[in-house]
This record gives sequence, structure tokens and C-alpha cells, in this order.
Amino acid sequence: MNFNLLAGSALVGLVVIVAVLSFVWTPYDPVRINPQVKLQLPSAQHWLGTDNLGRDLFTRILVGARITLLVGVVSVGIAVLIGTPLGIWAGMKRGAVEEITMRGADILLAFPALLLAIMFAAIYGASTVSAMAAIGLASVPGFARVARAGTLQVMNSEYILAARAASQRPLRIARRHVLPNLAGMLIIQCSVTFALAVLAEAALSFLGLGTPPPVPSWGRMLQESQQYWGTFPLMAILPGVAIAVAVMGFNLLGDGLRDRFDPKLGRGKA
Amino acid sequence: MLIRIFKNLARFIVTFLAATLVVFGIMRVLPGDPAAIAAGENATPEIVEQLAKEFGTDRPLPVQFWDWFSGLLRGDFGVSYVTRTDISPLVLDKVQVSLILVTLAMLLALAIAIPLGTLAAVRHKKASGALISALSQLGIAIPGFLLGILLVSLVSLRLGWLPANGWTPPGEDFGDFIRRIILPVTALAGVQSAIVMRYVRSAVLETMHEDYLRTARAKGLSPMKALLKHGLRNAAIPVLTVTSVQFAALIIGAVVIERVFVIPGLGSMLLTAVGNRDLLTVQSVVMVLVAITLLINLIVDVLYTILDPRLRAAD
Repeated sequence: MNFNLLAGSALVGLVVIVAVLSFVWTPYDPVRINPQVKLQLPSAQHWLGTDNLGRDLFTRILVGARITLLVGVVSVGIAVLIGTPLGIWAGMKRGAVEEITMRGADILLAFPALLLAIMFAAIYGASTVSAMAAIGLASVPGFARVARAGTLQVMNSEYILAARAASQRPLRIARRHVLPNLAGMLIIQCSVTFALAVLAEAALSFLGLGTPPPVPSWGRMLQESQQYWGTFPLMAILPGVAIAVAVMGFNLLGDGLRDRFDPKLGRGKA
Repeated sequence: MLIRIFKNLARFIVTFLAATLVVFGIMRVLPGDPAAIAAGENATPEIVEQLAKEFGTDRPLPVQFWDWFSGLLRGDFGVSYVTRTDISPLVLDKVQVSLILVTLAMLLALAIAIPLGTLAAVRHKKASGALISALSQLGIAIPGFLLGILLVSLVSLRLGWLPANGWTPPGEDFGDFIRRIILPVTALAGVQSAIVMRYVRSAVLETMHEDYLRTARAKGLSPMKALLKHGLRNAAIPVLTVTSVQFAALIIGAVVIERVFVIPGLGSMLLTAVGNRDLLTVQSVVMVLVAITLLINLIVDVLYTILDPRLRAAD
């Protein structure tokens, strides 16, 4: 167990536990407004203080983890399910299929997740669904590239030759021989993409184009804190720390997995 | 080498064309007739029809695409369906602001990343190297807009050292321009320098194991001198690649930073247009952002060819 893997798992685990916990227990109602206790510093009643509307910040941080994880899981899921088969197909078929898929990936790469999400928000309005679709779609090329690169390597191996000699069907070869060999690379890519998805969702919510209120999300909490950056920075610092913890967790996890699965790739990386 | 550069150019043109199709498809075809959107939900069919005629959206889609595309090449984005004003002069005005912001941020990021990354590589077995690496890991996790908020909160609002937001064109009052741009540029450069630094570090580490560096050491050069004289040029290639990727990230990151610091650039224009459901303006700004990204990729690809003698010799 290397340090990155350990630290990454711990931070990601923390975010997951917090999100799960929020379904079972929260100290307060995350959306209940209580002007009598607005802008309070941490106390025995409000562990992390309250915001400008008197909502409990600890509760909102807990509940905010849900959106972060939901958007991450769904968008990474979209990217894996579309990108991986395309990449494997390109790597096995070669020729025109490969050329078209990879050029398509190049073109999509010119559209970062946030830009695609802003376009979707312009058309369909701000929503969690359009955010997930945009972030997921923007992450497809990454998976397609990784899957293709891995497939090209695997296809040169002798067991593939044996499988082909035994006239196994391509789909079976892909499933039985190629995919298992890509698993490590794909898991690393998932972790890295997850961190990017968390960032994109936070930025989008900060711009008011993510999950609409009253559902608390960390990015939106940052946006709501705008008028209090000078007088009550706690409102910005708390969701900020939460975002940083989540991003760092998935990044470290990705690095740790890379060191573990692919010691050669990990050389020289922190 | 020329053939390679020509290939890069051809790829740029194809990708640009495809990107215009993607943008047109998403912004114009998916949402339906802009005339119906502009007219509102309670409009009669006659009003919609009249608007469609005025906007030219009653024509076949390929004709509309060609109209928009040929306009793009001439730098004419058309007239907004919502504000009924010309989009191009606005874009031209805003693009300068965004490019100043992004270029300064990239320069700052490189100015931080290259020395620190090299240092982290040279001292990778010492505590100071590990500390720099750990700091970069932390830096990557703090998104630019968050760093921006923290900077505003601390440096402007608490300490009162610099203005919290706003923009002054450099030609108008250079001192004020500098004072207002320090924080947004720092916020934007922060994450990028952390990311680029990691690549610099691993690129330098990689070259440190090369034979030619050992030869240089054997000649009697100190590790640092050998690296500066022979290593950095080779380490530059992967760093150049990541710089081009990061430039794209900076351009989109600037959209959010402009919101934090109330800077009237392309990002602010884009977000205002999204708020007004001004789809043609969104379409234009998105296209400009994508075009800048592709152009930078092209420039880096060409630089790459010039910088790497191995690529020069190929073909």
C-alpha cells in the first residue's frame, strides 16, 4: 500500500461516508431558513456555523456531498460506457474505424466539460441532468484514447494470436482477453476523470448553471457566499475545503493506482 | 519538416470544420427554431413566421450553416436574436480582455512551474524536492475560482492591498490595470503551475537518466549545469505538449475567473448570453473559444516540429 493510494482512499472514503451519512442523519434540515441564527461562527449547536440565511453549514456540507458524488458517478459512467467500447473497437479493427473514432475524439477534446455544460445549460436550462450529460460526454475521448492504446498493446500478445487462431469471435476476444487487461488503466482513468468531474460540477454550480436550488451543492454554496467574502469568509472556506478534499482524494487515488498497476508509468510522478 | 507542418495545418482545418458542425448542431439544430424561442411561448404562428423570415431561420439548415460559417471566416457572427445588435464588435472587444488575462496567467504559471519543477526533479531524493511535490499536489486540488475567492477575501477585503474586482484597459491607466489584474492572473495561474510543474518534474527526471547527461557529467559539469546545458531542451518537448493542453484549460478556466473578478471578457459575455437565452451569441462565443484552443494546438504542434530534431529529420 503506497502513500498516495492510502491518502486517496481515505479522502474519497470520507466524502462517500459523508454523503451516505447525510441520508441517514443530519443535525438540521439543510434548506430550513432561520434568520435568528444567521452568520454564526462554529458552536456547540452549529458545529461549522451558519450561513446568511441561518442554515446549518455542517448539514449543507454533508448533503452537498451527494450532488458531487452523483454527478461524478453518472458522468464517469457515461464516459466509460461510451468511450471504452469505442476505444477497443478502434484498437481491434484498425483502419478507417480507428481513424474516424480517434479523429472524433480529437474534435470532442476541443470542447472541455465546462464549455459543453454551459452550452447545454443555454439550451435546456440549468439542471443536474444536463450537467452530467455534458461532463460525461466531454470525458468520452479520454476513455476512448486509453482503451485504444491499451488494446493496441494487448493485440500484439500471443494469447490474442492463439484466440484468433482458435477462430474466436471478435466480441468474445474483446470481452475475454482485451477488457480484463485494460481494467487497471481504466480504473486509473476513472479516478482522474472523477476529479475533473467534481471540478467541473463545482464550477458549473458556482456559475449558477448546475443543480438548481434549494438542493445544496458545494459550488452553489460558494456562489451564495459571494457577498460575504470579506465579512464572513467561513461561508466560502467550508465548501472550498470540501471541493479541494474531494478533488485531491480522487487525484491521489488515481496516482496511487497508477503506481500500483503500472510501476513504469508511475516513475517520476509525485 | 515542411510536410509535417503542412499536415498539422490540414488537421487543424479539418478539426475546425468539424467543430463548427458540432457547435452548429448543438446550438442551432437541437433547441429548435430560434424564432420560436425569441417570440416566446404565447406567440402566434404568424409572429414566429415573421421572426423566422427576419432571422433567416426559415431557410434549409445547410443554407443556414453555410451562412453562419462563411460569416465566421469573414469575422461576422451575425445579429443577436435577443439584443438585436451586431455580435462581432462585442466579441472583438471581449476577446482582447480574455487573451490578456489568459496569456499573463500562462506566463506566470510557466515562470513558477519550470524552475520549481526542475528543482523538485534535481532534489527528488531530498526533503525539499518532496515538499515541492506535495505542494503541487495541493495546488492541483484547489480550483482557480476557489483560489480567486480566497485571494479576494484575504488580500482585497481583509488587507485592502488590491482592488477586489473590475477591469481597466492597459491603454487607459496602466498602473490600475496592473493592480486589478494581479489577483485574477494569480488565481488562474495557481492550478496550472501546479499541473505543469508535475510534468516538468517528470520530464526532467526522465532526461536525468539519459546517457548524454551522464556523458556531460563525466566531462566534469555539475548536475545542474549539465541539466541546463543539455537536458532542458529535451525536457521541453513534453512540457510544451502539456502547455498546449493547459492553455485550453486556462481559456475555459478564465470564464469562471471572469465571473469571480467581474472582468468583462468572453466568459462574462458567454454567461450573460446564457442568462438571456441568447443562443446565437452563445454559439459565437463558444466557437471563438474553441477556435482559440485549436489555434494554440496548431502553434504548439508546429513549434514541436521545429524544436525536436528527430521530428525534423523524419519525412
